[in-house]
Amino acid sequence: MAGSVPVLEVSDLSIALGQDGARIPIIEDVSFSIARGEVLALVGESGSGKSVTALALMQLLSKTLIIAKGRILLSTGDGYQADIAALGKDGKAIESIRGARMGMIFQEPMSSFSPIHTIGAQISEVVEVHENVSKQAARARAAELLGKVGIPDPKGALDRYPSEFSGGMRQRAMIARALICSPSLLIADEPTTALDVTIQGQILDLLRKLQHELGMAILFITHDLGIVAQMADRVAIMYAGRIVESGPVGEMFRHPAHPYTRALLDAVPRLGDLDRRRKIKPISGSVPNIFDAPSGCRFHPRCPVADPARCAVALPPVHARGAHSVACIHGKAELPA
Amino acid sequence: MSTLLTVANLSVHFPVRSRGVWRKTTGRVVAVDDVSFSIARGETLGLVGESGSGKTTLGLAILRGTQPTSGRVELTVPDGTIDVTRLDKQALRDARRHFQMIFQDPYASLNPRMTARDIIAEPLIARRSEKLSRKIIDQRVVDIAEKCGLNREQLRRYPHAFSGGQRQRIAIARALVLHPDLVVCDEPTSSLDVSIQAQILNLLAELQESLGLTYLFIAHDLAAVAYVCDRVAVMYLGQIVEIGTTRDVYFTPRHPYTEALMSSVPEPDPSAHLQPMLLQGERPDPAHPPSGCRFRTRCRYATELCATTPPVPVEIEPNHFAACHYARELSLKGALDLRTTNQEKVAE
Repeated sequence: MAGSVPVLEVSDLSIALGQDGARIPIIEDVSFSIARGEVLALVGESGSGKSVTALALMQLLSKTLIIAKGRILLSTGDGYQADIAALGKDGKAIESIRGARMGMIFQEPMSSFSPIHTIGAQISEVVEVHENVSKQAARARAAELLGKVGIPDPKGALDRYPSEFSGGMRQRAMIARALICSPSLLIADEPTTALDVTIQGQILDLLRKLQHELGMAILFITHDLGIVAQMADRVAIMYAGRIVESGPVGEMFRHPAHPYTRALLDAVPRLGDLDRRRKIKPISGSVPNIFDAPSGCRFHPRCPVADPARCAVALPPVHARGAHSVACIHGKAELPA
Repeated sequence: MSTLLTVANLSVHFPVRSRGVWRKTTGRVVAVDDVSFSIARGETLGLVGESGSGKTTLGLAILRGTQPTSGRVELTVPDGTIDVTRLDKQALRDARRHFQMIFQDPYASLNPRMTARDIIAEPLIARRSEKLSRKIIDQRVVDIAEKCGLNREQLRRYPHAFSGGQRQRIAIARALVLHPDLVVCDEPTSSLDVSIQAQILNLLAELQESLGLTYLFIAHDLAAVAYVCDRVAVMYLGQIVEIGTTRDVYFTPRHPYTEALMSSVPEPDPSAHLQPMLLQGERPDPAHPPSGCRFRTRCRYATELCATTPPVPVEIEPNHFAACHYARELSLKGALDLRTTNQEKVAE
């Protein structure tokens, strides 16, 4: 996996809300990379900026949001390389990436399909736009993909409308559409949050299988630490627009180094708690509003080990050991040897 | 412990109407089908199930938020036993002080034009049988608000000034201001962030202790349910398929649906590899449930018997019931059996 050029390398990405000339930073200095065949989980609570980051990767930000600085370097297996941050929102260059080199699936499969076109038309359209193929060939590919994602009678499904599908089936169809051009990177933004737990299990299982089979990289955005533990190779934890800690999944769960990561893990109930008499520990306060973000380390008002003299004044230093890095004044002492 | 709530053979049917002007009734959805259970005073019963299982409808029917089609709901309070299903409008209004509800979405359940104080005070004012002075109302509002972690200062604000977690505290204070006996919590933490969810779960547990509350806790998050509930009932397509202590239901389930549910919960531990026993297909249309056992179309253990005969709940061990023909024979896996703790990744 490692060694070669990563499929995606994001460095120092900052996104700002441009309003009446003023610029309010939303995402600041976010850096991460994803290797071929790797799953990176981007974890955060609502308002942490994880979905905005995902949209920026495809240049799908709304008009008021601006990429203020940073690079988003996409390098696909066929030798293609581009800095998405420099491409702009329209034009041939970005269109050749969206849906082709990079696929995306969202939380709500109902709103990402048009209700008045058939599933088949909406999936084969992707191939027709990106590749020089006939309508028949595109339809055949769509049917093949629908079969691959586990939709019964894929040929018949081509002529059905999204409303005739259940939530789980629609999510499968969305995965088929995202994967039809064999993207190098799949961005999955909370793809199972709206689904029932048994259906969620089916979809996670499917994603894992397809990832093995196609060798693609996945950026998996979620707030569910259970899904992270089961799906990811590496994890990046976001808090109020910044990545506070990142590292290999096993190490992050065994030896979390940032107080926020530790607090998150302590706040989640687990099925085995009954046996262990474990008590969950809430994090005091609430997630900060981006318009009123705390100075210095943004977690310091809720942090049990903050040193107000330092944490409120300046950004915490970033410490790293191997692939594990943390932005905290206690980072050096907390990182496992 | 004495029984507070008894639900006996409760059913809720909804008509299915055709389109067009006449909207003829063409069928019915049995949202809740012949459900019976009881809750002891001071206990928390969890109600789990996937969307469409009828758990919210059951919660509403118990409070007469929706009219049950048949069956009985009895509440045994110090001044006697109330048959909730047979109360007339006035009596129901009076009885509501005994049972209250907390909803999932604290953004939708609070009136944006009322201050927190007025929202919490409303149940006190709405009670016509007992006129309270403004001073007493204020005292009781402040009292319950403080118990719910809100200070006097905050009560003057409107809902938009509060975060999701604080709004849920307001909703809880409103539900508790009349000192109810039973509180139905419908997904009280589902729309909250992880860090806030823990605050609310712990608050509900503290309040239960200090106010002697009894909860019916409806949720789809199995880990949260395990954390707060003494007993759990599992619903599938309108029926309770299994009920027992949380420990029995989670660790030694007796219904194949419970086993599938337990196996699907991703554990926040990368070394515990999930081996989900994935259910075949999707939930059937509740308007046309399968014959016999409703779960049989997705059940890996189903036989011909399951297609012809609906199973009845059997008591497998004291207070542990499962509605499955093979509840005694099957050796099903529980929440802990399904997680291996080896370090190596299971190859696909």
